[in-house]
Amino acid sequence: MNGIHDLGGMHGFGPVAVERDEPVFHGRWEGRVLGMVYQMVGFGWLNIDAFRHGIERTPPVDYLRLGYYGRWLAALERVLVERGVLAPRQVDARCDGTIIPAPPLPALPETMAGPFERTLERAPRFQVGDPVRVLVAGPAGHTRLPRYVAGRRGIVTRRHAAYVYPDSNAHGRGEDPQHLYNVRFDATELWGDAGEADAHLHLDLFEPYLKSA
Amino acid sequence: MSDDHHHDDDHDHDDDPVARRNALRAEALESILVEHGLVQPDLIDTIVARFEQDIGPLNGTKLVARAWVDPAFRARFVADAWAAAEELGLATGPGHTPIVVLENGPGVHNVVVCTLCSCYPSALLGLPPTWYKSPPYRSRVVREPRVVLREMGVAVAPDVEVRVWDSSAEVRYLVLPERPAGTEGWTEAQLASLVTRDALIGVARPAVPRD
Repeated sequence: MNGIHDLGGMHGFGPVAVERDEPVFHGRWEGRVLGMVYQMVGFGWLNIDAFRHGIERTPPVDYLRLGYYGRWLAALERVLVERGVLAPRQVDARCDGTIIPAPPLPALPETMAGPFERTLERAPRFQVGDPVRVLVAGPAGHTRLPRYVAGRRGIVTRRHAAYVYPDSNAHGRGEDPQHLYNVRFDATELWGDAGEADAHLHLDLFEPYLKSA
Repeated sequence: MSDDHHHDDDHDHDDDPVARRNALRAEALESILVEHGLVQPDLIDTIVARFEQDIGPLNGTKLVARAWVDPAFRARFVADAWAAAEELGLATGPGHTPIVVLENGPGVHNVVVCTLCSCYPSALLGLPPTWYKSPPYRSRVVREPRVVLREMGVAVAPDVEVRVWDSSAEVRYLVLPERPAGTEGWTEAQLASLVTRDALIGVARPAVPRD
């Protein structure tokens, strides 16, 4: 989806703020959120792609305001409500000290926590050295295609294995494994005259994102 | 966990309403999920301890230092990062996300980002720093990598190619920096002390400290 999470190339965010001697977690709650997410993913209540899509659907202002683990928390809550694990507003109620009964627990969905590599009978369409052009797709759902490479031309520099296709898996439409490639783009292909000299971008892109160029 | 408050280490955020709100909601959600039997609080403790104590950039610094002193190990590390980690006793189990090692050299400087989220070789290096997950880094390093690198302290000469690796899918990337001059005869432990987490991401360059 063309959301606020797709940050590559956006202007206006200012300098990179580096915190010296940063702790692993800035507050105890951050570690609790990470531990909850790892367990809910690890035990199969949501797959990682569905979780990422939950983060992406955080309203843009909240995405920027809540911070990293705040987004995780909002996404976890959102996806668990959608899955019927939590009742709507159950967390709000708990924060106010009231109890909303939990819905009956749904069946554990058959999702996996990894690994995501798959064997694919179908031969890869592209080889190292092939020129490719990225599709202009812009799906409303989950995708791992950043918009700053949409429509741009690059060269396949590496063929990875085949993997579970996040664009499908995030939506419960099955694993639909796809070949994965690393594609190299010249900075000027992406940014025009503003592209830096002798700079290249390397992105891992799934086969359905690409066509021959 | 609902009756058992541990706000002691949250003091940094006491005046931050967003962090207060997040902490409150996290506690509420955890209490619900524990009541449902979906989350085990002691397993959260274990996961947190693993990232706070066991897994961290130290793993990467050891691999890099060994690669600097042992060309055969370097070749194995570049060919299969997890096998090399296992060789040094640093791998933590099967089924890891693949890691590709990016070798810096005289003519090329590599730097890693995840513009869409926060992909990082976490199973080996621990959790990424906040700046790595922040909108400024994710938005800018793909558009003006030389500018961002210079701001972060790495001047890349005009005749050196910059390669930015946007970890947008199932593979994670780790930079193998160049061994700094003036370290001839150094032990592996001394060399490892020069390698920082930021050097493994590509936004710092190991250097011998000047007295």
